[in-house]
Amino acid sequence: MVSNLFPVVLSGATLRRGQKALIGPVDLTLQADGVTVVIGPNGAGKTSFLRMLHGIARLGAGSITWSCDPLEARQKQAFVFQHPVMMRRSVLGNLIYPLRLAKMARPKARALAIKAAQDIGLGDALDRPAPFLSGGERQKLALARALITKPDLLFLDEPCASLDGRATREIEEILTRAATAGTRLIMSTHDMGQARRLATETLFLLNGNIHEYGPASTFFERPKTAQACAFLKGDIVE
Amino acid sequence: MSDLLSGMSQAFWMLLTLDADLVEITLRSLRVTLTALVIASVVALPLGALLAVRRFRARRLTIAMLNALMGLPPVVVGLVVYVFLSRSGPLGVMGLLFTPTAMVIAQVIIIVPLIASIAHQALRELWSDYHDLLISLNTTQFQRVQALIWDGRRALLTAALAGFGRAIGEVGAIMVVGGNIDHHTRVLTTAIALETGKGDFALALGLGFVLIFMAIAVNLAIHVIGRTEREGRW
Repeated sequence: MVSNLFPVVLSGATLRRGQKALIGPVDLTLQADGVTVVIGPNGAGKTSFLRMLHGIARLGAGSITWSCDPLEARQKQAFVFQHPVMMRRSVLGNLIYPLRLAKMARPKARALAIKAAQDIGLGDALDRPAPFLSGGERQKLALARALITKPDLLFLDEPCASLDGRATREIEEILTRAATAGTRLIMSTHDMGQARRLATETLFLLNGNIHEYGPASTFFERPKTAQACAFLKGDIVE
Repeated sequence: MSDLLSGMSQAFWMLLTLDADLVEITLRSLRVTLTALVIASVVALPLGALLAVRRFRARRLTIAMLNALMGLPPVVVGLVVYVFLSRSGPLGVMGLLFTPTAMVIAQVIIIVPLIASIAHQALRELWSDYHDLLISLNTTQFQRVQALIWDGRRALLTAALAGFGRAIGEVGAIMVVGGNIDHHTRVLTTAIALETGKGDFALALGLGFVLIFMAIAVNLAIHVIGRTEREGRW
């Protein structure tokens, strides 16, 4: 299934805080397939870049053009935040909420939500208040909540930060399943192992600008720039 | 001291024998205040949520005004409502002065700023949690307000209870607009003021204890219904 969101074209897209440019200007075209992993040192603007692309941070200049109507584009995207936002509701309530926003009837939404909870191993915690879940469970719930509306494009901001190996593997399994089912993923990560496992293309950010963008295999084998090379080696890049 | 003791015993006896006047006055107190509370909550809770969610030009001014109006002197509110409702006033034709409705109107005006302000404080924090998610989910302003009110309901209960406390113990405004008419607009607080003026401290104290008891009972009842402090922090 190829989404009608793509290609998305960024031209001169800039994000500012006050006078300071956080991101850009960025010129970039993203195609419909694959998993894009955004990497870069702290403060490079990974989160801001994802937020800008998703449209929850307002552009200072330039434009982001989706291939379909902007409103439709927004409805086909979802975002998983680095610190998952748990609504003060039960696990089930959290999963039902996006479906109800999409005007799905309550019984149908409930059935889908129960299935989604079972898929992430929270089938016996349906009525537990979501804010009391463990870190890994929250992240899985946030992911399931984002995927439940079957978005064409899913943003993830360091989905496995501060999770242990097992939780990371579970999250990655869910992500791989979603990607196989045709969801376009754009995620940031600090975990180079994860980047290598998931990425089909990489986007290396430095100081708010795209330093290098291309197929993952090429990037990891033969980075074009000295900074990317240093970053991959584990040196501190500033 | 003997006044206090006889007041307590009188309160006890009045409660035990379900004194007809006492029951009537108490029920009227409850009816007026609960009606005012419901109306005020319907206005103030969405207002508090909207102030948290929406950025408009007069927002800070509105918040500052609400905070200032929390300390609105009830007698002045009573006076203004009186002027509006009196025969020669703009709403005089409705014939509402010295009716329970007038008392409800006055109490609504007194507690709306209080409830809205506390609700705004509580929901502002919730909104800072929810902000990114609800924007990402493409919610409308109405849906955001809805989500905040529903998920913040326990904090909002506190706001409503504060409003109830202020309204049930209020005497200045309802005395002015209600007139403390026996079997018509007399409520606990105005009866206490009257009995104190007459020098019947025992009865006044008796009524006072009933008032306190009732305020506690309503608070407890709402906590039990709302199951606060049972299902976790919120």
